Amino acid sequence: MDELSDLYAEVIMDHQRHPRNFGKLENFDREIQMTNSSCGDQISLQIKFENEKIKDLKFTGMGCAISMASASVMTEVMKGLSVKEAKHFCDEFLEMIREGKVPADDLKDAKVFSNIHKYPMRIKCATLAWHALQKAIE
Amino acid sequence: MKKDFPILSTVLPNGKKLVYLDNAATTQKPLSVIERISHFYKSENANVSRSAHYLGEQTTVSYNNARKAVAKFINADEDEVIFTSGTTESINMIAYGWGDPNVSEDDEIIVMTSEHHSDFVPWQQLAMRKKCKFKVVPLNIDGTINMVEFKKSITSKTKIVACARMTNSFGIINPVEEISKTVHENGAILVVDGAQSVPSMPTDVKNMDADFLSFSGHKMLGPMGIGVLYAKKDMLESLKPFLTGGGMIDEVKDESTTFACAPDRYEAGTPNVEGAIGLASAIEYLDEIGMENILEHERSLFEYAYSKLKSVDRVTLYGPKEIEKRAGIVTFNIKGIHPHDVAAVLDSNGIAIRSGHHCAQPILRALKVDFMATARASFYIYNDKSDVDALVDAIEDAKRRF
Repeated sequence: MDELSDLYAEVIMDHQRHPRNFGKLENFDREIQMTNSSCGDQISLQIKFENEKIKDLKFTGMGCAISMASASVMTEVMKGLSVKEAKHFCDEFLEMIREGKVPADDLKDAKVFSNIHKYPMRIKCATLAWHALQKAIE
Repeated sequence: MKKDFPILSTVLPNGKKLVYLDNAATTQKPLSVIERISHFYKSENANVSRSAHYLGEQTTVSYNNARKAVAKFINADEDEVIFTSGTTESINMIAYGWGDPNVSEDDEIIVMTSEHHSDFVPWQQLAMRKKCKFKVVPLNIDGTINMVEFKKSITSKTKIVACARMTNSFGIINPVEEISKTVHENGAILVVDGAQSVPSMPTDVKNMDADFLSFSGHKMLGPMGIGVLYAKKDMLESLKPFLTGGGMIDEVKDESTTFACAPDRYEAGTPNVEGAIGLASAIEYLDEIGMENILEHERSLFEYAYSKLKSVDRVTLYGPKEIEKRAGIVTFNIKGIHPHDVAAVLDSNGIAIRSGHHCAQPILRALKVDFMATARASFYIYNDKSDVDALVDAIEDAKRRF
């Protein structure tokens, strides 16, 4: 073990190698494109809503391991949640990343990103997909 | 030489020794520069060209001497050297101070695809303000300027051509002398971005016949926040002051103001005196080594790195192979690993490199570079072959992890 495992936790590496919900939806209600201008990470997020809930969501994009794994985890966490719950989870996640605040239990796999606040250069990478979601459901 | 640079003995929290290979972003400072700045605040500090007392004189003499040192370093006259905050401000001073009053709708502005954003965006924005044509010269596949296309794109309507003497993305040395000849034959002016070249090779503004040349102190051992705009004497008449206020005036009346002579008219407000004298101290250090020797040293490290990396599996190297077109910048990608992750693994090995788009998105887009980003290792006077060896070992570590 070394300090790199702190940044690239096993769960993160797994999501980077095998991103979940990667691709395009045939039917979607919203599509958001976002870039991290400081390093060029790009994401395109598509969402299908049903009865105020996130019925399905997929992403495509290009970026570092942190940004792609974070997008993958985000889609897993969010699928099936109500828009209100999704907003709450987004806030919790962003607060955890920015402030290093101990995450609430309901963040599930997203908790593996709790170390990112120690790497200020990677915060934008880890939060890109979550900002895209925030914009989609605002 | 490393002993002259206190920061190079840094040991990272994980116990690894720092190997600093991010010199194209900014260079480290020798003790002589740090101490010169410290000495200024300990025994010279006052406002410049205003205060008729002992310290005011000390400051003014040091500031004027700094200008003389810069002028000599680039073979310019003193009144052609304007201190700015850096290359970005210098280029914007030209775009607003010369471009706005002199460019009109029928004119054309030409830039190279390989320009840094700071030598691209100000010209694009000027063209938008003037509703004039903005031409971007295509590159060859190795990232060098396509000179045939350049010569085709320039016309009698071309007013400004902007070009870096050395690109910051791949470290390519552009043929500015040849470009300058074509530009002037067509009656346009040549604006040279010297941010990357001035620190790494001899600069002679008369030889390259640049109308304007910009560079930054922090990339050549000097402090941040100081830069230079060289303006050819003939251009000073038509270059309007971008900032107005104190220090740049001749006489102020209620209804009008007359401006001071160059260079004062372009330096409104209290200047960055500590920066200017720090830069002069850096120039003294560089002159002792000799700019020819610096270029030769950078090239020897480039050749060593290139020969080691070209046979490494999964590594793609960007830019031309010909050494005479290169200096000490190695730009690369590792297949399947985003450059940010490469930089993170290298950092855990103590090696500082740059990753990302290097403020040069147009060239990365034009050459269809993977991830629209690269890793970049850049060498300077204090680097040696052992630093390159450490880089190559760390690249192997990155490959093992991803």
